[in-house]
Amino acid sequence: MSTKIIRDYIIPADDFAVAGEASSDVRKILSQLGVSPNILKRTSIAMYEAEINAVIHGHGGKAHVEIDENKVFIVISDEGPGIEDLELAMQEGYSTAPDSIREMGFGAGMGLSNMKKHADLLEIDTQVNKGTTVYITVYFQ
Amino acid sequence: MTLANLIDKYGFKVLTNSNEYLSRTVTGAYACDLLSHAMAKLNMGDAWVTVHTNLNVVAVASLAEAACVIIPEDIEVEQQTISRAEEKGVVILSGSASSAEICYEILSELRKTV
Ligand SMILES: Nc1ncnc2c1ncn2[C@@H]1O[C@H](COP(=O)(O)OP(=O)(O)OP(=O)(O)O)[C@@H](O)[C@H]1O
Ligand SMILES: [Mg+2]
Repeated sequence: MSTKIIRDYIIPADDFAVAGEASSDVRKILSQLGVSPNILKRTSIAMYEAEINAVIHGHGGKAHVEIDENKVFIVISDEGPGIEDLELAMQEGYSTAPDSIREMGFGAGMGLSNMKKHADLLEIDTQVNKGTTVYITVYFQ
Repeated sequence: MTLANLIDKYGFKVLTNSNEYLSRTVTGAYACDLLSHAMAKLNMGDAWVTVHTNLNVVAVASLAEAACVIIPEDIEVEQQTISRAEEKGVVILSGSASSAEICYEILSELRKTV
């Protein structure tokens, strides 16, 4: 693979009919490229969690994905409320998800720690009332 | 054990039109109703038992490559979830037993055969 693959996705707010579709598409691309199951799984988990957070907490947003021969780089951004205390939000079990969201099975407060665990690099830029951008890198080797 | 064996043995209902996937191998069982938790812990090839029946279950099962989703206690599954599962190659089964009973049965069987 010598050329870079670039994809952009819109992530609509509170729309569970399409939530996870961007992650699913990226998984399909990586799978077709023959990326190993372990890398596939780590990328899927990290991206899905970021995508769902944008749907649930961020009033929707967008995803930008770049795949080259060494890595997959994912940027998920929203213009939602931002995260006031990122260190607290990163803790397993911390969640501000409302009941309607919890009833669907979200709100364990594990999304951010799943991203941290499964991404090789994770960077989060967040500003209250401005939005949140999550940068995820997973290396193929 | 294949999905077909599993269905035969325990009489699960197959909610999705999934004949082409019934030769898939089941290598484990996992029960959890917290989606992020399940996402992190599901192993490829697990039968995932959950009471949730919304579309997000399909996304998690497909990304985590679960062998199937099993809905316990005859809980009804929305048609849109079934249709989405069919699109994504996710097999949804349903049974009358509880999550714990279903996992017990599958794990007992798997431990016999390894
Ligand atoms: N994009 C975002 N915009 C605003 N707040 C966010 C965003 N992502 C996360 N948060 C905040 O961080 C908290 C923790 O996020 P995390 O993904 O770990 O858990 P959760 O989404 O609440 O539950 P889970 O991911 O387990 O279903 C959220 O409850 C929310 O308060
Ligand atoms: Mg989350």
